[in-house]
Amino acid sequence: MVEGDRMAPAAAHRTASVDGAVPEADTAVYEAVFNAAVAADERIEPRDWMPDAYRSTLVRQIAQHAHSEIIGMQPEANWISRAPSLRRKAILMAKVQDEAGHGLYLYSAVETLGVSREELLDKLHTGRQKYSSIFNYPTLTWADVGAIGWLVDGAAITNQVPLCRCSYGPYARAMVRVCKEESFHQRQGYELLLALSQGTPEQHAMAQDAVDRWWWPSLMMFGPPDDESAHSAQSMAWKIKRHSNDELRQRFIDICVPQAKSLNLTLPDPDLRWNEERGHYDFGPIDWAEFREVIKGNGPCNEQRISQRRKAHDEGAWVREAAAAYAAKHNGATGAAVEPSADTADMNGKA
Amino acid sequence: MTVTAHTGAALALGDDALVLSHRLGEWAGHAPVLEEEVALANIALDLLGQARVLLSMAGDEDELAYLREERAFRNLQLVEQPGGDFAHTIARQLYFSTYQRLLYTQLAAQEGAFAGLAAKAVKEVAYHQDHAEQWTLRLGDGTAQSHERMRRACEALWRFTGEMFQPIEGVEVDWAGLQTAWLESVSDTLRRATLEVPEGPRSGAWAAGAGRQGLHTEPFGRMLAEMQHLHRSHPGASW
Repeated sequence: MVEGDRMAPAAAHRTASVDGAVPEADTAVYEAVFNAAVAADERIEPRDWMPDAYRSTLVRQIAQHAHSEIIGMQPEANWISRAPSLRRKAILMAKVQDEAGHGLYLYSAVETLGVSREELLDKLHTGRQKYSSIFNYPTLTWADVGAIGWLVDGAAITNQVPLCRCSYGPYARAMVRVCKEESFHQRQGYELLLALSQGTPEQHAMAQDAVDRWWWPSLMMFGPPDDESAHSAQSMAWKIKRHSNDELRQRFIDICVPQAKSLNLTLPDPDLRWNEERGHYDFGPIDWAEFREVIKGNGPCNEQRISQRRKAHDEGAWVREAAAAYAAKHNGATGAAVEPSADTADMNGKA
Repeated sequence: MTVTAHTGAALALGDDALVLSHRLGEWAGHAPVLEEEVALANIALDLLGQARVLLSMAGDEDELAYLREERAFRNLQLVEQPGGDFAHTIARQLYFSTYQRLLYTQLAAQEGAFAGLAAKAVKEVAYHQDHAEQWTLRLGDGTAQSHERMRRACEALWRFTGEMFQPIEGVEVDWAGLQTAWLESVSDTLRRATLEVPEGPRSGAWAAGAGRQGLHTEPFGRMLAEMQHLHRSHPGASW
């Protein structure tokens, strides 16, 4: 990413790299420089001074995003072994692989903030950090793979495209790559549903049933309404977030309605109609009680998703230990894929 | 479909790739470390790509993959073996990728029907072999536990390796030379990994034959049941 047009404040806050404790008087100066950089739409980089709350907000958000990618592999991987054609099998396997790749970029982005992947995984496995609740719903038929691509990835893109302009550089750059791949997934999901919709009556019914089940949870992916969203205002001020939950949700609905029509599928909301005055589609009430229940852990698959993740991690411990032992014996000369150890994580500095 | 030597060979090579790809796909969401989610899926995708080209030489790829019965598959028994732990997957990858690389190197150097595919695939397979060897070293020469697991895996799969060198009709390569080169390469890797070369027999005692004759192991039927179920549930549908 070219950053040749950096303005004066960036140079100033870049000199404020932290080597140790910063005297309190200086903090105010650093903060002013940081705020000016954000206001000037410049990127904050890992070595720049940043407020603790900005750092911890980013850690929380990027970690949650990374966790969502790796948990999100499960509902789709559920269909790899049963994909009904070799072409679809290849597409699905590549998609699940992309998600693992997104997880890698995003964990790396968090590491630039001084938190190791190991620590983040531990927080995921012990329920101290969350992942997107959408993945607590089951994939019951093949059409769910299409509905996830079209709706869930579609909602994710609507959320994530603005993040390509997020004030934190490593996150913004990771999102550029992620969004390109996600938009591919979204089109593949749409195309999968189209094939079903134009197929046999049974295939059409399978597609409709999947859309009926995934529509409302997809709308919940944008988070609670603006007036109830705990983190939104500060994140908008920091330009981590660029649009409100409700704005993004509306944008997504406006995109989906005509697409559903092209798919010859209906959306399960009797209140959905064009509002000439607003220039948007009106829609029915979202069941926020369900949203809260799923977040609390009472979704259909919360337990299953975390158990599988923990099991994979625990059963893989001996493999990671072997790689570390080998690297230690052989001076780390030939590097295989190994998680960063606690030692290397420490070198990244503490939050 | 008339099974000529050419289609028979395409099926043998294609089924190896298809079935191993399927088995590797079972790791998705279960791998020991995120980098291996990416790597194993990558290998599975390479193999699936090879399978699609090869099966298409013999007929319609989906009909062949989804509508054949177990006894009509021509893959090696080695590739159909169920997952086991990560050591089993790596041992299987070591045995198979070494074989595939040597075989495809020879095919790529010829004029025959498989030369084009082999020339492209051999580049992918070189990476698969490197991946398998690097992990064999780490598991064999890592901890006491990993050594023991890798030793067991290498021994358990050893008896499926003899079958690889039964000539496939329509594939004109130096099978004896292939076997010698394979033994040399695998033995060298195992020794570097502080593992012994297994001593047991390299093929089963049953005279009925093995995978290349359409004779498979019990878990393979269940694998196909899962793989083919959806496709077979909607006869004639397109996806």
